[in-house]
Amino acid sequence: MAEDKESGENENILAIHRKITAAFEPFDYESKNTVDVREIGTIMYSLDCFPTQADIREFIAEVEENSSGTVHLDRFMPAMTKVLLENKFPPIPRSKIFQAFKVLDKEQRGFVEPEELTKFMMEEGEPFTQEEMDEMLTAHTNRKENVIYYDKLINKLTADAPK
Amino acid sequence: MGCGTSVATEMQVKQLETAMKAAVLIQRWYRRYMARLEIRRRYTWNIFQSIEYAGEQDQLQLSSFFTYMLDNFTHLNGNGPDLISQLLDPVIDPWLDRETCYKTIPIPESYTGPRILFPLSVSDTNALLSAFKEQQILHARYVLQLLYESKKLLKQMPNIVHLSTSYTKEITICGDLHGQLDDLLLIFYKNGLPSAETPYIFNGDFVDRGKKSVEVVILLLAYLLLYPDHMHLNRGNHEDHIMNLRYGFTKEVTQKYKTHGHEILQLFQDVFSLLPIATVIDAKILIVHGGISDQTDLELLSSIERHKVKSALRFPRRSLEQLDIGQSHRLGKRMRSTDISRPSSSRSYNGNHRTPTLSWQDSGASTSSSSSSSSSCSSLCSPRTPSCISPQTYPSSPSTPCNILQVPFLDSLSSVPLPSPPQQEREWKQIVDILWSDPKTQEGCSPNSFRGGGCYFGPDVTQRLLHKHGLQLLIRSHECKQEGYELCHSGRVITIFSASNYYEEGSNRGAYIKLGKELVPRFYQYQVSRTTRRLTLTQRFRAAEGSALRALKEKLFAHRSELMTGFLQYDPNETGCVSIGEWAKVLESVLRLDLPWRTLRPHLVHLAPDGSVEYQSCFEDVGPGAPLPQVAPNLAETLFRYRTDIEIIFNIIDKDHSGLISIEEFRHTWRLFSAHLGVAIDDRAIDELARSIDFNKDGSIDFTEFLEAFRVVHKLDIKDHHLKQG
Repeated sequence: MAEDKESGENENILAIHRKITAAFEPFDYESKNTVDVREIGTIMYSLDCFPTQADIREFIAEVEENSSGTVHLDRFMPAMTKVLLENKFPPIPRSKIFQAFKVLDKEQRGFVEPEELTKFMMEEGEPFTQEEMDEMLTAHTNRKENVIYYDKLINKLTADAPK
Repeated sequence: MGCGTSVATEMQVKQLETAMKAAVLIQRWYRRYMARLEIRRRYTWNIFQSIEYAGEQDQLQLSSFFTYMLDNFTHLNGNGPDLISQLLDPVIDPWLDRETCYKTIPIPESYTGPRILFPLSVSDTNALLSAFKEQQILHARYVLQLLYESKKLLKQMPNIVHLSTSYTKEITICGDLHGQLDDLLLIFYKNGLPSAETPYIFNGDFVDRGKKSVEVVILLLAYLLLYPDHMHLNRGNHEDHIMNLRYGFTKEVTQKYKTHGHEILQLFQDVFSLLPIATVIDAKILIVHGGISDQTDLELLSSIERHKVKSALRFPRRSLEQLDIGQSHRLGKRMRSTDISRPSSSRSYNGNHRTPTLSWQDSGASTSSSSSSSSSCSSLCSPRTPSCISPQTYPSSPSTPCNILQVPFLDSLSSVPLPSPPQQEREWKQIVDILWSDPKTQEGCSPNSFRGGGCYFGPDVTQRLLHKHGLQLLIRSHECKQEGYELCHSGRVITIFSASNYYEEGSNRGAYIKLGKELVPRFYQYQVSRTTRRLTLTQRFRAAEGSALRALKEKLFAHRSELMTGFLQYDPNETGCVSIGEWAKVLESVLRLDLPWRTLRPHLVHLAPDGSVEYQSCFEDVGPGAPLPQVAPNLAETLFRYRTDIEIIFNIIDKDHSGLISIEEFRHTWRLFSAHLGVAIDDRAIDELARSIDFNKDGSIDFTEFLEAFRVVHKLDIKDHHLKQG
């Protein structure tokens, strides 16, 4: 029994390792088992984690080699395995995102205006870059009414997310 | 507490906190979404690139087959290779060299296209510009005259053109255009038309792939004639009549010029072989299409007769014994996934390391004393013995690579020292390396196994060449980059690529370089858009991903029986399921595309409830477009897979480009081709096939229609189409 359990766990870890390698490889341009620190966030997100920018900075501090600007797979692997096993940055449920948008929608109209959203997303929290903001507005503004129906936005992004 | 103001403050603080939390929540949720998109975009890119380079390998294979036929069977069956030799080594019609070649062609009154007068003036190039914008076609007479004049001018040009900058005029450098007229027009619009004030260098690959190759190359040549001192064209690997057979330029010319297509193509072939090979600016910056190798010698390059190299794919004729030695790399070449030659394949965390049957280390060791053969030429050699002519049975195990033309080379790993290669071959290799090579991040120089021709050159190779000639920088093109340009080798090598949306709408930007007296390159990016509305990242990505996956599914279908054999090895009880790991292993060994199969899995195949792969489902959405003519099953699959190769052979045989060939020619093609493939195809099966497609029994076959039946299409698309129509 105990052995079974152990081998099951090993398999689980092997599977996690494979997943991490697969996510790491596309960013290892020089085939040196290293990636640029700026890609770490993307790699974490792609592994189904939802870290904040602060979380990402903290993680990088843990795995980066003496401010070289790169992260080696040997250091990334154990740290990332831990994150995944502990489910450190769990997915954000749809309902929470909905509530977050509602904070902005003071009159509870079900939509927000581009100006409001821009102000909110670029001044609060971990502000968006202009590029991120433009992309969000271009993709989700209702052109006729010039507003953003956030339930639609949420649905669309949830549906797009590859499982 | 209790005080009204303090409650209000507390509320405000709370509200602020909530707002802040809400913002962070939305931001990280959105960023994660965008990151996932980015990852998928990269996979898509990999698919496009792998499939593109696989095509280049195929073309090299086909060409080496032609070469082999030419060198060894010049009189086989009387008419066989002679047909091919006509194409590969055409005796240039002397008529084409005289001015009369175009003068006797009348221009009918009804012609509404542009009329131009030689020597060209600005009004003529303007007329061409506006005519091409209006989708007009330049009359064959003018095209021939333009080519004739270009030929005359290019003959005067050196192999390496030396330019100098001035304080007032900046030089603009553009990369591959590949028949994308819209990109050329956009560059002219943004940067100005070529003139004494706006000199240009176009760094090769003007034609092929895009639909407007004729227009692009005519415009470039017209500006060359107009401003020979301010317009500079370097040859690219697609300025090559054998490449043009596969990648569309030949077809485009014959379609646009029904009556004089043949002469036009012949003149283009001359013009291409006369294009300069390199440009040097201020003795500091070297500009070539592909790159360099450790053999590249600029002195030698500037002294050779460049027009003799009509095609990089046409290996200089040499004795069989000599060919034998060059073969040693052959097998390694087809195994793309070796550690040193292919950067992206060498990583592996724990386990699952690829085990190529023969790696470059192996083959390199045997010829380390003869590095001159260690690169491009090897892939272009011909089979060693006529044994390739006798049909080989098709390898059925997925672990056996089923590479065409491979069998005869297996035993040819030779340790015989290479005799110094003949002059002609050295010169040929100098040019091939310049036109075909790609930079790599590792040190050293290795054969370009991914493309099948040229080299991968490392930072040390760059450093040595630049140092030797007192140069600062190498600018090259040849590879599509997402941003239109890319720096490597510590900034000493720049890749510039000017065809935006090259793989698919939204796949990449195009760029050009401006260079002034200070020799600091500045990059300008752009992207041609067919829609007026700005597309979102998501929309642009969707289109690209869709077509990449379609291309991949076609590949799967074309290798169906091999894949099935592979799956069954892991599924002896025929349950229809294998594990994901097994599935990925089979795909990798059969298709030899360097792709993240596990990640792509959800797009290609269904899972059974127990998490295993239902492997049959990867063939589900694709299939033949039309009801097939009666064909034996293995013949059908061969047709699916080698459709492009077969089409090229048919096109060569069909000299008048009528789209019809005789049944005898059809049979003959098959005999040649089945020898080339090493596939045993029953003569009777071919005869039956021929009879069944000679619909009107007049003894000729419409091969375009015939091949159309062997196109893999997507059943879902067809369904959609019907729904929309209905």
